[in-house]
Amino acid sequence: MSEEEISAEIILDHYRNPHNYGKLEGSNASMTEYNPICGDTVHFQLRIAGTVIEDAKFVGRGCSVSQASASMLTDMLKGKPIEYLESLTESGFLDVLGIKVGPAREKCALLSLTAAKKAVKASR
Amino acid sequence: MLDPVRVAKDFPILSKGDLTYLDSAATTQKPVQVVDAIEDYYYSCNSNVHRGIYRISEEATERYEKARENISQFVGSRDPAGTVFVRNTTEAINLLSYTLGRQLKAGDEIVLSVMEHHSNMVPWQFLREKGVVIRYADIDSEGRLDPEDLKSKIGRKTRIVSLTHVSNVLGTVNPVSELAKMAHEASSLFIVDGAQSVPHMPLDVKSIDCDFMAFSGHKMLGPAGIGVLYGKPELLMRLPPFMGGGDMIREVRLDGATWNDLPYKFEAGTPNIEGAIGLSAAVDYLRNLGMDNVRRHEMELMDYVMKRAGEIEDLTYYGPRDPKVHGGVFSFNIGQIPAFDLESELNSRHLKISSQELHPHDISSYLDQSGIAVRAGHHCAMPLMTRLGVQATSRASFYVYNSRDDADKLFIALENAKKAFAR
Repeated sequence: MSEEEISAEIILDHYRNPHNYGKLEGSNASMTEYNPICGDTVHFQLRIAGTVIEDAKFVGRGCSVSQASASMLTDMLKGKPIEYLESLTESGFLDVLGIKVGPAREKCALLSLTAAKKAVKASR
Repeated sequence: MLDPVRVAKDFPILSKGDLTYLDSAATTQKPVQVVDAIEDYYYSCNSNVHRGIYRISEEATERYEKARENISQFVGSRDPAGTVFVRNTTEAINLLSYTLGRQLKAGDEIVLSVMEHHSNMVPWQFLREKGVVIRYADIDSEGRLDPEDLKSKIGRKTRIVSLTHVSNVLGTVNPVSELAKMAHEASSLFIVDGAQSVPHMPLDVKSIDCDFMAFSGHKMLGPAGIGVLYGKPELLMRLPPFMGGGDMIREVRLDGATWNDLPYKFEAGTPNIEGAIGLSAAVDYLRNLGMDNVRRHEMELMDYVMKRAGEIEDLTYYGPRDPKVHGGVFSFNIGQIPAFDLESELNSRHLKISSQELHPHDISSYLDQSGIAVRAGHHCAMPLMTRLGVQATSRASFYVYNSRDDADKLFIALENAKKAFAR
């Protein structure tokens, strides 16, 4: 299996069995992000204590790329300082996902990152 | 009979053999004959029309006007003055909404249907600002226009009925001659969105008896950026101009201007000369195939596609089951992805996305890996998606260069996609 095939498998696993899916109790920062072109939706929830992201969950609907990337992002953010999220760039996040997405699906892949960043901003 | 394999040989992009193009409802591929006609214009008589008193300008003008005559005849219009060149269907309908809209008043009604493309919806919605009321006819469970519902929406205040001839999502072929009668009995104008019909079937604006019809060149083997607004000349005459500028005027003074004759009144600025010439070549190409043959070919293909579709578990497709009233458009979903509702999702106990469902985006990405181009999304018909209760669909659309082989490739790849996404 090539590296890219492995990434595609990981995406599919997250899509079919998303991590941290559902309602986050005690969430104090949340945001819904929507792609009008395809209707993909991600509602991202964070529980922030001081400068640390204690927990993260999401709910959503859409293609494998949009939902799997949200699932992966929740894993990445748990226990990390807010600064980590704030300094996570779009290209950095796409690198973590490891799959090649064309320009048409980049927005799907970045939906959760946009939602998470906006959630932090809105909570301040 | 039409032989799609032979036809495909005229299309260099298809002859390489690595592309199964199933998105002709979005735009079609171009045969060498069309590209040659444009190239010949560029290399032999490129110049501006209607102005130059020199040989190549006269030649360009002649080709441009011949193109208009040719395209007029193709849709059964005898008077080329009724053929206005525009950019595309969208621009044609915007032209109508702007010019007809200036003559409407608060309380006047426009009747559309829920299956319309955004381009036959949004331009009319602009007129709500001045109090114009938009009413929408519904569809039945097979995606046919519901005639009783349409009848109930047309009334004393109806000024315009504007409907698509063939739905770009459902493939439904609407009985436009009957619809024209219905509109005219209510003293309303009748407009046909012909974007998905003019390229695919024999058609005659006189026998339909529509007042206006809009269509695009790029969906019928022609270049992008050229389209047609057909109108009954006596009706076009009474409309105010759309855009102001050169070519559309007779005389300009500092305190005003008078308008040129039809169709130039609606063609401000230097027109898309090469576009018109290319579209005329496309019309020649289609005429040569025979529009009866084109329609029969697509009907037979759709009959086959629907049979194959029935063999795939969890596949739902939309639109009429009778190929006689179904154009070459095949919209489908694998499994039903339910609409998203935040509150119910947050409080749901079922926190898993089920595994039979394939999102249209995933389907089209997967098909792309096998060189199959299909469309995924709302197809510029969001109200129709809502009406169908789906977020999006995948759409494969067929044309003169598509064969049963292409349909087979699609269905084999769909079976593989189902396996690949199963967990």
